[in-house]
Amino acid sequence: MSATIQTAHPETEQPGRLPPQKMSSRLDGELLEISMGPQHPSTHGVFRMNVALEGEIVRKLKPVFGYLHRNHEKIGENATYLSSMPYTDRLDYFCSMTNNWAYALSVEKLAGIDVPERAEYLRIILAELTRLQNHASLLGFLLSDMGAWGTPLMYAFREREKILDLFESLSGSRMMCDYMRFGGCRVDADDAWLAAAKNIVDRFPKFLDEFEALILQNEIVIARTQNVGKLSPELAISAGITGPMLRACGVNYDIRKVDKYGFYPRFKFRIPLGDHGDTYDRLMMRALEMHESVEILKQALAQIQPGPVVNPKVKIRAFRPPVGEAYGRIEGPKGELGFYLISDGGPNPYRYRVRPPSFINLTVLEDLCLGHTVADVMVILGSVDIVMGEVDR
Amino acid sequence: MFQAPLAIVFGEADPPFSLMETLEEIKNRAELAARGAKIDIVVNPGPSQQSSLLIDNEHAIAVAQFLRDHPALAFDYCSNVTGVDWLDRVVKKTVKVKQVVDGVEKEVDQTTEETISGYLEAVYHLFSIKHKHGPLIIRMRTANRTDRARLPSLTPIWRSAELQEREIFDLYGIHFEGHPDLRRILMWDEFVDHPMRKDYRDPDDYEWEPTPHDDVLERAKEHYAPRPQLDGAENITANPQ
Repeated sequence: MSATIQTAHPETEQPGRLPPQKMSSRLDGELLEISMGPQHPSTHGVFRMNVALEGEIVRKLKPVFGYLHRNHEKIGENATYLSSMPYTDRLDYFCSMTNNWAYALSVEKLAGIDVPERAEYLRIILAELTRLQNHASLLGFLLSDMGAWGTPLMYAFREREKILDLFESLSGSRMMCDYMRFGGCRVDADDAWLAAAKNIVDRFPKFLDEFEALILQNEIVIARTQNVGKLSPELAISAGITGPMLRACGVNYDIRKVDKYGFYPRFKFRIPLGDHGDTYDRLMMRALEMHESVEILKQALAQIQPGPVVNPKVKIRAFRPPVGEAYGRIEGPKGELGFYLISDGGPNPYRYRVRPPSFINLTVLEDLCLGHTVADVMVILGSVDIVMGEVDR
Repeated sequence: MFQAPLAIVFGEADPPFSLMETLEEIKNRAELAARGAKIDIVVNPGPSQQSSLLIDNEHAIAVAQFLRDHPALAFDYCSNVTGVDWLDRVVKKTVKVKQVVDGVEKEVDQTTEETISGYLEAVYHLFSIKHKHGPLIIRMRTANRTDRARLPSLTPIWRSAELQEREIFDLYGIHFEGHPDLRRILMWDEFVDHPMRKDYRDPDDYEWEPTPHDDVLERAKEHYAPRPQLDGAENITANPQ
């Protein structure tokens, strides 16, 4: 069940915004090659782009990866299945709960493990809370990149901190939660925790309304984002773009609806879709998805029943899945997060592969940025939503 | 070791994915569409039931194009591309054979050992955004792990393979022919080895300051330049003449 939500998007020409190709200040047409990053504040970590500029216009852009590479996959192959679980927290350190879930889901597919009902509910609650805090902080960062230093980011972080407090009281850690286990979750949430979560979820729409009123109709935000970094649905599908970035192009593909993993079919929620595939739509996707996440959370917190949170049949020590392979994926806040595992029957995986959404979403970075100014590159990169821990692994 | 037996059978249970057709039917249709293509089904023995299609390298592009463009399949989205390293391995098979022992026919276990030489493998996970089915898993294998570690690039079919094939080239050393921009991506350009290979050994020191021992010492010899005898200094050359 999905609905196209029309985003406010006037088609009129933006005043004061010249068509990009006419803004060249150089007459000889020679390209100036500069290196942006890896220490640039807007690259969200150690990300570098080699950019060829004609005046202020980007004519070529080559991303340079690897500054945070530590061969996560090799470490995963040399560790037991369970000992990779805390290490998945460090992939996308904003969303450790969804990383845990994707990995647990893949191992459960590999070994054929069932998950108790309460654990599925807890997983959905934590995943949607993760989505809320990820999207809120992304919007804050994006505005920071546009020059709204501090204030919107602090508004977003204020809400994020409440959610991280929930994570901390449940798992013992704000960001490196290490909460999921194969066949369930590590500890149970008590009634006080659920009440606290409900309290935060109930108050979240107030923040959303305030935040949206503050930024989404803002003239500067509209001028900086509309018609910037347009992505066509055909290119998005071919380039494997997933998550809010894909749906901003109007492609109705949400793994929560497609794969029906967890208990998502039990909840009523809509999939927001964009019309133009530009930066403004990508920004709107995050805002609209937060509304839907709040809806899921309200239903999940009302429906959750007492019960066991972990499948007692799953071995913790000497856990050896049968010979075979499995690919499991979830709809992470940044896109499709998948784990591909090959078991040779041993205690550690023969092959441990992470399918990182933000790495593959960068495939089209050059296509998005060509013809735009350097200042737009920062906004476009911000709207892709990358975390280098996941890009470089 | 995980065996990947080559058999033309599909798992008995229902396919776990909502594919319109079974793997067998996809294989037959792809073989018809891409003339001369040879496709095998690699059965996954695990509970995930994600079996895959092994595609021969000469017809890989044609098969991939068929999978993407066929209206009923429409695998327009290539989600995950990854490499796997398989070393030389010995597979033991025990077969019951009827033998005449002392004039009486008996069933005897006969163990055969088959040596499979190593190869590198590229695995592609395909989904359809149009029909919302998948995954269809296709794999390609190189002839060996050294001089013939070459595969056709599927980046012209699915652009999402662009960065991921570069990553496989970097970490596994598979050369993708037809890739538009095949460079190292995660390791630095000067790096010489492929770290995700199973027989990879770390350099003695990434800063070229040797503290070598055992087989690391062998590796370290490569970057010790043979030095002439300095006056009074002892011979510190790692490979003396």
